[in-house]
Amino acid sequence: MNNELIQKLVEAYGPSGFEEQIRELIRPEVEPYADDVRVDPMGNLIVHKKGDGSGLKVMVAAHMDEIGVMVSHITKEGFLRFTNIGGVYPHTLMGNRVQFANGTVGLIYSERLEAREKVHSLEKHYIDVGASSREDVPVEVGDAAGFRRTFLAQGAMLSAKSMDDRIGCAVAIETLQRLERTPHDVYFVFSVQEEVGTRGAQAAANALEADVGIALDVTRTGDTPEAQPMSVSLGEGPAIKVKDSGMIAHTGLVRAMKKRAEAEGIPYQLEVLERGTTDARSIQIAGAGAAAGTISIPCRYVHSQSETVHAEDVENSVRLLVALLAEPLEI
Amino acid sequence: MNEILQQLTEASGVAGDEKEVRLLIRDLIEGHVDEWQVDTMGNLLAVKRGSGASEMRVLVDAHMDEVGLIVTEIDSDGTLKFLPVGGISPRTLLGKVVKVGRKGLTGVIGARPIHLLKASQRDSIVKTESMRIDIGAKKKEDATKKVKVGDKATFATRYEENGATAMGKAFDDRAGCAVLIELLRGEPYPFDLHAAFTVQEEVGLRGATVAAYATKPDVALVLECTPAYDLPNERDVSPNVMLGQGPAVYVMDRVTIQDPRLVRHIMRTAEKNEIPFQIRQPGGGGTNTAVIQRATTGIPAATIATPARYVHAPTGMINLDDFNNVIRLADATLRTLDASLFERT
Repeated sequence: MNNELIQKLVEAYGPSGFEEQIRELIRPEVEPYADDVRVDPMGNLIVHKKGDGSGLKVMVAAHMDEIGVMVSHITKEGFLRFTNIGGVYPHTLMGNRVQFANGTVGLIYSERLEAREKVHSLEKHYIDVGASSREDVPVEVGDAAGFRRTFLAQGAMLSAKSMDDRIGCAVAIETLQRLERTPHDVYFVFSVQEEVGTRGAQAAANALEADVGIALDVTRTGDTPEAQPMSVSLGEGPAIKVKDSGMIAHTGLVRAMKKRAEAEGIPYQLEVLERGTTDARSIQIAGAGAAAGTISIPCRYVHSQSETVHAEDVENSVRLLVALLAEPLEI
Repeated sequence: MNEILQQLTEASGVAGDEKEVRLLIRDLIEGHVDEWQVDTMGNLLAVKRGSGASEMRVLVDAHMDEVGLIVTEIDSDGTLKFLPVGGISPRTLLGKVVKVGRKGLTGVIGARPIHLLKASQRDSIVKTESMRIDIGAKKKEDATKKVKVGDKATFATRYEENGATAMGKAFDDRAGCAVLIELLRGEPYPFDLHAAFTVQEEVGLRGATVAAYATKPDVALVLECTPAYDLPNERDVSPNVMLGQGPAVYVMDRVTIQDPRLVRHIMRTAEKNEIPFQIRQPGGGGTNTAVIQRATTGIPAATIATPARYVHAPTGMINLDDFNNVIRLADATLRTLDASLFERT
């Protein structure tokens, strides 16, 4: 898979609710390969690849949005107070940088620490944009910012501020490009507002009424020093989700994923995630329901500015999804 | 005196029991709408036909229900145990006069006088579970003749005005209902205006969920009342919104990121018409916009609110200039709504 596309996607601006720039990046990548491309009322980019009529209706979802912050107050001195968009952890903030839609960059710091081992809550942090008064600040209350971090590719290690879930978007794009023929009517949905509660996928799933829903998203790993135990490791293949806190994957779909992986010699891991969920949750319970599951790309340091995946896991996720979609699905 | 606000805020409409408010609104909009119906959950859905110039389907929502109390048990001594319906802090309850049941029986939430309080009790907060509504009954048998378990109770607050300041209960969201009534009473819009006076917002946005599905609009505007937190503060931290500074425009709350295109349209409309407005502090809270936005295949939706101090309590306070500016802003926003605002390439 090509790192250029990944770099473009992960460095771009797109906090939940403000995904336009990501949508504009993805559109030219998918248009030549799709039968139809449209944008729905919430902003989901829906890319249709027709099947031969013998298969199922499949919705593949990867979310365009990333976590971020929103300005809630500007002080007289020109510092910005902010609230979170999605799961932003205070211990990842100090010294980090954010970028606004208009290009303004801000530095995050916190009020004086009473004890060094204790981190302040979000409310005691602020953004410094280099202004000296309220009038001087080039953004306003209600403006959203994403984090800012350049892409790092070091051997197989790929690290960025928004692997969650631009790497899922990259896998979806690559899958569409490699998928020559499919029996299925496949709708690749590049969804909005996942990080604030899988909101975009809910509306898209209502519209599509798919038989099968597959989310492409990252999942955490348990392979780092003193990590919370979890039997997913970096570099050992895509994780086929069995359960997370929002969804129990369709057992037939899980079986089909395992079978295809084994038939193609693709390494895989099974995933049980105790906290967190994906767009598959919304797809599963939309309308009359769908058989839903998730192919997860193992990722260290999720919701930090150094979300890290393994290049081979990414490649194998594409292979697994292509293999799954190229054949009839028996679920 | 704003009679519509007076009638609406003095009516009783605890979530799940909105009938009194619904009947009142029906009378107030009669002759100004072309059709109306009440759905299974109790939402009042009305249509005001437009001039036909636009084919958009536009939904405007305001919720009829308010937070209040529900009787859970009648004690042997004739007093009434109760629980809150929706978010009410126990700090606001002691000593307040309430109206119980559909007949509006007067009661008081008993408070032990200071003479009888131990020193340790003076600064402590009494839990709702240990409070009782006293209707003056001598024993259980007397009380059961007048009250049933499940009866709702509201605060017995009269509406009053003091210059541009209005005080009363349930501005959340009778202020929104009053704005929507004024819109229905005005000139027709280019499109059919679908008005939804919804139920059960305070207990989880329940009425609007089905109203959105029934209407399937192209765009939706939610009219709300949002807490003002603008009292003196030592630090330069964020006020929520301020009384008298104009309509509050939502950008993001706990459950919704408002449609940025509609938010922009609202702000530009305000600027063009020189209507003051303030951006509500992003963060907590939530409105019917959440469920409308994600209903059916997704609906562009946003919220305009009248700021109010002391919401979810016996007496709140709004500024009538703010209220009138919400009417102006909502009206101007709707009159200039165009499908091209929502076109995407």
